[in-house]
Amino acid sequence: MMIRDFLKGLWRENPIFVQVLGMCPTLAVTTKALFGLSMGMATTFVLVSSGIVVSAIRRFVPEQVRIPMFTVVIATFVTAADYFLKANFYQISKALGPYVPLIVVNCIILGRAEAFASKHGVFRSFLDALGMGVGFICALVILGAIREMLGSGTIFGYRIMWAGFTNWVVMVLPAGAFITLGFLVGIFNIIDKKVKEKKQGSGGPAK
Amino acid sequence: MEKVIKELILILIAASVTHNFVLTYFLGICPFIGVSNKVESAIGLGMATTFVMTLAAAVTWLIYHYVLVPFNLGVLQYVAFIIVIASFVQFVEMFIRKVSPPLYKALGIFLPLITTNCAILGLTLFMVLRDYSFPQAIVFGLGAGLGFTLALVLMAGIREELAFADIPEPLRGTGITLILAGLLALAFMGFGGIISG
Repeated sequence: MMIRDFLKGLWRENPIFVQVLGMCPTLAVTTKALFGLSMGMATTFVLVSSGIVVSAIRRFVPEQVRIPMFTVVIATFVTAADYFLKANFYQISKALGPYVPLIVVNCIILGRAEAFASKHGVFRSFLDALGMGVGFICALVILGAIREMLGSGTIFGYRIMWAGFTNWVVMVLPAGAFITLGFLVGIFNIIDKKVKEKKQGSGGPAK
Repeated sequence: MEKVIKELILILIAASVTHNFVLTYFLGICPFIGVSNKVESAIGLGMATTFVMTLAAAVTWLIYHYVLVPFNLGVLQYVAFIIVIASFVQFVEMFIRKVSPPLYKALGIFLPLITTNCAILGLTLFMVLRDYSFPQAIVFGLGAGLGFTLALVLMAGIREELAFADIPEPLRGTGITLILAGLLALAFMGFGGIISG
């Protein structure tokens, strides 16, 4: 039961590929795998800490003002994350630009606070948030790695394409982000369908 | 005076076309993918968002320059901005519910979600980063809203046609929408050279 709270974020309810939430940072910062990783980690930090706090205060918050309350909690943690990045990883913080403060309005975080943390205990909310966060990081790193590989010929800064490789400039441009993610969602759907068919066993027609 | 007006027009065009929020900054993607099924609801949401954006730009500018900066409260910037935006959205929601119940129903969950529309918070953050003056901030908000509406309506128009197309099964829904958005973004790159510098 508990482990399921964690695992569902990785695949079955993956925030990017299934729920299509939190698109702005996903598309904007994934020109390089490293940026995707840092963005994913910052988001996971906010997701987990706000999940814990929202779950802890859920009995004291009146129904009508819960959304503003959650938003303020989230904004507080985002401010902390932003200052932390600025102090310790200035280069990355500069590269991510306004997309760090924009974690405040990342639909995944408010969505999890509203759909899960406000209804469940602290520990389960923690697992849920962590699962969603890890699923988010995976998606961001995959997208970032593909775009970096085709757009600059490297992954995490290491050159992996052959010497005469011409960079596909479009991959680091906005258009490339949309198209790559579109195809990734398609591939995800194909794999997901195969897995489901396998689960339903060999006998009987698949639903 | 002439120079000031020219500058304002440039900001308007940049925010709405050449640096379209949706297609170059990836802001406001959630409603862009969620509500762009019908042209009619796309226009409705676009208008509501434009309204919120313009006013939010004005109010956050005032709050930033007359409260946060003089009292040295930069730390509270994100919290303050998001509260302003959330209250505005609440106001717009009540207004639309009174004036046009069908539109209210069509927009559904996406109306309160304007609060978490990254485009609006993004707008206020860009405004602070670029150090706009008060009139510039308002024009910037208006332009960004119009650009958002433009992208949303274009997308809705394409998707209405798409209903008759034969799309490979795994790409149906989100996949094809994202690919289309990519092609639109390519098309918008063509406007890039209009404004130099």
